[in-house]
Amino acid sequence: MWQEKVLFIVFAVIAIASALNILLQRSPLYSALSLIGTLLSLSALYLTVHAQFIAAVQIVVYAGAIMVLFIFVIMLLNVPKDQPQIEKQKGLRYLAIPFAGLMIAEMFYVLRPIRLTTLPIQPGNAEQAVGTTWSIGTALFTDYLLPFEVTSVLILMALVGAMVLARREGD
Amino acid sequence: MTNLLLEWVIKTIVILLILVTAVAYVTLMERKVMAWIQMRVGPNRVGLGKFRLWGLMQPLADGLKMIFKEDIIPLQANQWLYVLAPALSLIPALMTFIVIPYGSQITLFNHTIELHVTRMNVGLLYVLALTSVGVYGIVLAGWSSNNKYSLMGGLRSSAQMISYELALGLSIVSVLLYTGTLDLVEIVDAQGGFHGLAWNIFHYPLLILVFIIFYIASLAETNRTPFDLPEADSELVAGYHTEYSSMKFVMFQMAEYLNLITASSIATTLFFGGWNGPFVGRLPYLGPVYFTVKVLALIFMAMWIRYTVPRFRYDQLMRFGWKFLLPASIVNIIISSTAILFMR
Amino acid sequence: MVKYVPVLLILIIATGMAAVIIILSRFAKNRRPTREKLMPYECGVEPVGTARERQSVKFYLVAMAFLLFDIEAVFLVPWAVVFRGVVQSEAYRHLKYVFYGEMMVFMVVLFVGLVYVWRKGILEWNR
Repeated sequence: MWQEKVLFIVFAVIAIASALNILLQRSPLYSALSLIGTLLSLSALYLTVHAQFIAAVQIVVYAGAIMVLFIFVIMLLNVPKDQPQIEKQKGLRYLAIPFAGLMIAEMFYVLRPIRLTTLPIQPGNAEQAVGTTWSIGTALFTDYLLPFEVTSVLILMALVGAMVLARREGD
Repeated sequence: MTNLLLEWVIKTIVILLILVTAVAYVTLMERKVMAWIQMRVGPNRVGLGKFRLWGLMQPLADGLKMIFKEDIIPLQANQWLYVLAPALSLIPALMTFIVIPYGSQITLFNHTIELHVTRMNVGLLYVLALTSVGVYGIVLAGWSSNNKYSLMGGLRSSAQMISYELALGLSIVSVLLYTGTLDLVEIVDAQGGFHGLAWNIFHYPLLILVFIIFYIASLAETNRTPFDLPEADSELVAGYHTEYSSMKFVMFQMAEYLNLITASSIATTLFFGGWNGPFVGRLPYLGPVYFTVKVLALIFMAMWIRYTVPRFRYDQLMRFGWKFLLPASIVNIIISSTAILFMR
Repeated sequence: MVKYVPVLLILIIATGMAAVIIILSRFAKNRRPTREKLMPYECGVEPVGTARERQSVKFYLVAMAFLLFDIEAVFLVPWAVVFRGVVQSEAYRHLKYVFYGEMMVFMVVLFVGLVYVWRKGILEWNR
């Protein structure tokens, strides 16, 4: 349907523009806000492939928790906006561009076999679709049980690690 | 397709108009309730021409006054963020109302109209997402005002909001155990038995505890007393909206009352049957009436609590959220899931 | 997918409303800036120091703890939605207790995390 294609293109452009804006802003707070914009457009892109649960969770966790953390840290650290950018090794710039080109070429090579003509998920077979609540609920606790339990340990590790690191200086 | 689009546009505009009027009159309701609880009368003079009208034109007068107040932007403030922050607060507050069902179906001019703007199968998660995004308006307002009190108030207010958002989300999970769906329309439709009185809170009595946790968490989420230390007038000046004047301040106030209305609407939808009630099957127009009555009752309860209970200190507030409310909601999930596992 | 277009619709309309409100106040022609009005407000005295001083690290810890428990809540949501259907259906009868037990293990691990944060005193003072 042409409407879906239009929406996809619109949100893809917004996502890429916000992502570029992250790099081009001087103040870290503006970069964080552009990142929030990127995440919101990514959520809309998830909606175009009928992964509604993932879209909602993207906003709840990524744009609503992780970015809040980022913004708190930026505000706590108070980096002055106009500090001169100190570039210690100018030669690295000339090394970075070929490496970026290499990475993009690798991405194209890996993604070439995928046919980009039709969306794999039609509204008809949405029950078996990936990314809906029912499918995630059943799959997570049957096929993917071990990664799920390991995730809980991972979260515990992150919690303990963050608390230990942050309290070492101000105890 | 264009028919659908037209229907959406009309419904959205109608809902927004009703909302803006509702916010204005909820402020009047707040002042009147505050007055009567404090044994005085409240605004009762602003009327139309010669008629007193019991002060019903007060919100209109206040709105006009606010438009004509001077719009001060502090010199050192971050201009772009300063103007963006109230919008970031207001927009998510307005966006929740498209998934809430206000009634079942009415027939108007030979069209059957469902009384909800859209029906998402992750409706409840959408509401949670908008609550999460609502934090940004406050924290950016505190930062961009370039004022110590605003920054502290903004950081504290947003830290409070995210702490209570956890208890809110986990109490919603408790309700999900019983309803089995995230779709608000389906949740309300399932509460229609027993002549419209099979509300979730009667059908599953364990949900009373969950409702209490949800309600307390939503009072803290919307920065209402007893949790309004970050914006109380005698504390950090006025917290994150110290430096705001005129319409931007109005936007923050609108966002706060809209959040209150949202929290009450979600509570009625999840716990009290939404638009269900006696005789709704025969008279579909009764649906929105029941919904409004229930939402107003919950808003009244919030105001009643505000003018009865003293404020929490900030560390008491955070301690309560993390050490009591969060474990209580986790325990509720365990109890509810055990009940479903064994008793059905 | 089509059902989500009203989200975009109300986003545009609400943004339009906010923009109209801001533009309305900008053109109300009542701007008489004086030095006192443009300074940051500090209860009537001259402001001392800048507003950009370092804040406490406790806010970072709150945000970190919130993030991790939010991830836990997000794992709980699909489990809760599917739980009743699985537990009360015939097809998954052999999985009933396993389904329940899996999530209890997950929650116990995270409860240990909460207890750790509690005992370390991170949920005290400012909080």
